Amino acid sequence: MNRLSDVEDLPPRCDLVIIGAGPAGLAAAIAASEHGLQVLILDENPEPGGQIYRGLVSSPPSRRRLLGQDYERGDVLLSGLEESTVSYLSGACVWMTSRDLEVGVSKDGASRIFSARHILIATGALERPFPIPGWTLPGVLTAGAAQGLLKSSGLVPDGRFVLAGTGPLLWLLAYQLIAAKTPPVAILDTTLPATRVGVLTALPSFLGSQYLLKGLQLKRKVRSQVPVISRVTELRAIGDTRLQSVAYRTKGGQSKTIDVEYLFLHQGVTPNINMANAAGCDMMWDNVQLCWKPATDAWGRSSVPGISIAGDGAGIIGAEAAACLGKLCGLDAATKFGLITEAERKRRAAPTRSTLSGYARGRRFLDTLFQPSANFRRVNDATIVCRCEEVTGQQITETVAELGEVGPNQLKSYLRCGMGPCQGRLCGLTVTEMISALRDIPPSEVGHYRLRFPIKPVTLAEIATLPHDEDDVRAVIRE
Amino acid sequence: MSTHFDFVVIGGGLVGAALARGIARENLRVCVLDEGDVAYRASRGNFALVWQQSKGINMPAYANWTRRSVELWPAYAEQLQNETNIDVALQQEGGFHLALSDAELERLVSIAERVNGQTGVNPYPYSVLNGDEIRRRLPGAGPDVVGGTYSPLDGHLNCLRLYRAMHRALIAAGVDYRPGNRVVRIDYTDSFSLSIEGGGQIKARHIALAAGLDNARLAPMVGLSAPVRPQRGNIIVTEKVAPFLKIPVQTVRQTDEGSVMIGDSQEESGLSEDINNGIMGVMARRAVRMFPAIADLNIVRMWACLRVLSPDGFPIYDHSVTHPGAFVATCHSGVTLAAVHAAVLAPHMAHGRLPPEAKSFSARRLHVSKTD
Amino acid sequence: MFRRLTEADGALVSLTINGVTCDGRAGDSVAALLLENGYAACRTSAVSGKPRGSYCMMGVCFECLVEIDGVANRQACMVQIAEGMDVKTGTGRRRVTP
Repeated sequence: MNRLSDVEDLPPRCDLVIIGAGPAGLAAAIAASEHGLQVLILDENPEPGGQIYRGLVSSPPSRRRLLGQDYERGDVLLSGLEESTVSYLSGACVWMTSRDLEVGVSKDGASRIFSARHILIATGALERPFPIPGWTLPGVLTAGAAQGLLKSSGLVPDGRFVLAGTGPLLWLLAYQLIAAKTPPVAILDTTLPATRVGVLTALPSFLGSQYLLKGLQLKRKVRSQVPVISRVTELRAIGDTRLQSVAYRTKGGQSKTIDVEYLFLHQGVTPNINMANAAGCDMMWDNVQLCWKPATDAWGRSSVPGISIAGDGAGIIGAEAAACLGKLCGLDAATKFGLITEAERKRRAAPTRSTLSGYARGRRFLDTLFQPSANFRRVNDATIVCRCEEVTGQQITETVAELGEVGPNQLKSYLRCGMGPCQGRLCGLTVTEMISALRDIPPSEVGHYRLRFPIKPVTLAEIATLPHDEDDVRAVIRE
Repeated sequence: MSTHFDFVVIGGGLVGAALARGIARENLRVCVLDEGDVAYRASRGNFALVWQQSKGINMPAYANWTRRSVELWPAYAEQLQNETNIDVALQQEGGFHLALSDAELERLVSIAERVNGQTGVNPYPYSVLNGDEIRRRLPGAGPDVVGGTYSPLDGHLNCLRLYRAMHRALIAAGVDYRPGNRVVRIDYTDSFSLSIEGGGQIKARHIALAAGLDNARLAPMVGLSAPVRPQRGNIIVTEKVAPFLKIPVQTVRQTDEGSVMIGDSQEESGLSEDINNGIMGVMARRAVRMFPAIADLNIVRMWACLRVLSPDGFPIYDHSVTHPGAFVATCHSGVTLAAVHAAVLAPHMAHGRLPPEAKSFSARRLHVSKTD
Repeated sequence: MFRRLTEADGALVSLTINGVTCDGRAGDSVAALLLENGYAACRTSAVSGKPRGSYCMMGVCFECLVEIDGVANRQACMVQIAEGMDVKTGTGRRRVTP
């Protein structure tokens, strides 16, 4: 691996630029470089691994044991990167990947724009928004945040805290915190009843998958150590200048308030679509995972020629499946540049495709079982939907009623929701689903925010140093 | 749902919304037909300036029309507040053009002199300032600023709140607002028959084309001409900052919510709304030279919008001769002119005619060769 | 509060938060150190002035904005601690000093 130091080290042009050093990005880089491609990985974190293998590079043995086998599996990819010819720049924030395959990247206050012959967006997923009253109070974080702190720094919450929501990650975190001898006071489980139709029909494939045994063991251990409140239908974070307690109500009418210092929310992850969106890639609505994902073909190619997308960023599939998709993208890139034939690509992809379908088996069950409740996806009261601009569910509801046939972009113009620095990452899905419910049309018809570069903030000074020509100057200073 | 109206306004942006409310207030049944969520919407791209300086070179009528609007704005803002409870944060405490070179300053002065020297013009008050005077008046203006021009007539407002207020006002005035209703064809027998994309027909005795770029397509259907083209403008928006720039500069202003907006580039780019990094770089550089302290601000959004530009850059207002009852209205300063559109243009249109000032803005001028 | 699982883990790094010296471990983000030192809130909102603190710890929510070595509004979760770093909490609307 060729570790670069700053943006000055970047070549003016590169064969394959991969954004994101998580499982998909790493697997793609390794596969592509093995076939002789010149590959560059740009990642905004200090070390490779993405979210799932965060901190793995420098993790001490005791912490690895605590985090579990799945975490340690990342070693293979990390050493694969180490042994490859891939160039890698850490702490590098990519703020642009244009349709013309230009990449804009910023590190330590300096920006560069350079050309790629092919771009792979492997920026992964982020936590689904979890709008509840008080979710903007200091002391409310995501379960992913808690897990990241554990992985990167060996920090665990010490004191009273609860986990709330649904999804495998919540149970895994509970399991890990119990192992670390710092269990939550309670788990407030918002999972909808497993007797729902969709869940049962997906069950047979799950029974034949590897998720089953792992999941059952985990849940049993957790339930034996921590009170689990099931069928939670309402949640409220309460506090003045910071979180002080969490109130909940269950389907059965049970309600309680628990004094806590921290609340960790989680109701699944969704693809981080901002970069693909701004690049102009077509998006589609996944009605099971209830999220937008970029349209990709069997090799990860998006609707924009030269841009591929792999990993959870193309649709939630989990870390191991992400690595498989990454590998397919790497093979595809090698084919594009004439290093292997299409027949060869197909042959080499075959075992990976077979592994992939193994992971897909049972995925649907997980997706359906842990589908987040509508209560926590749409809000119409004083709950904040857009955290950056503090736009509430009530404001959105009233404005949709006022404007009638409005979409997310018009709504943005009226209410400023989506105009903050997070660029809709924490409100986009809520807004799409709210408009869908209020107007009684499917989310696919509602659409999503239209994004532009920069997809992460960059300073005026950095943009001011970008190269420009005389036409550019004339367009601004008109004589 | 009604299909017959006294007046249909095609386009619900700054021009259409002002006209629709004004016409409805003359007791006519009005419908606005607007496009869907993803449309070109030049109105979303405005820089929120209510601006007099530099307007009207080679067309004193435009300088005067602008002046009328600037003077009507306070009353219009108050009406909007009364009708909608929305304060558009109109601030008319003057505005600056800044020069970063002697040549630029000369140009600014020359423009002001040329505009104000035209026959029939109502000259606007302005002063020429050197760099030190600018730095005194605008704390934070950098050493590279060699001077500028200032007019007490200029100002700005909150553009998103204006958009909301104008929309809410037209609803309050009883206008039937229909988004997702793109007009594909206009036929005319004794009244206008508008065919909507996806099916449906709306009939009206009068129509006003306020459809921005789409006016070019629609106008010939009713014997009018609106040869407008898209011109891309890029805008940079920063994170929110504590107030430091109270008075707007034509290319850099601080909104009442705190973000700094940087704008005013012009490219003939066709219908592409892609941002141009080189241009953004030039804009950012100039803004930082004007106000060095903003260099470290984070850019939260950059975007490009398509201005609706006539061949000479001036508005087009026309009443069709072959299809009486059909009007067209287009301009690229939709914010500045909103007040005069609401107070003057709309009431006249409601009575089936254009105001006398509109004569200068007929598209006929574009077919006459100029000989000055 | 947050606590460390094992003490002897990575080199000690000394920095200041609001003028008070604290110790972290090499590899910690500034946000991690803020949480370890009891700072659930690290700023006030630029819109409402209400207190805000870390939420996602992965750079997408833009809540953990603090001033680091004189530069305001940096995402604390995306910056690794360094010896002698000067961290200040509490910027709502950033100041531009002319």
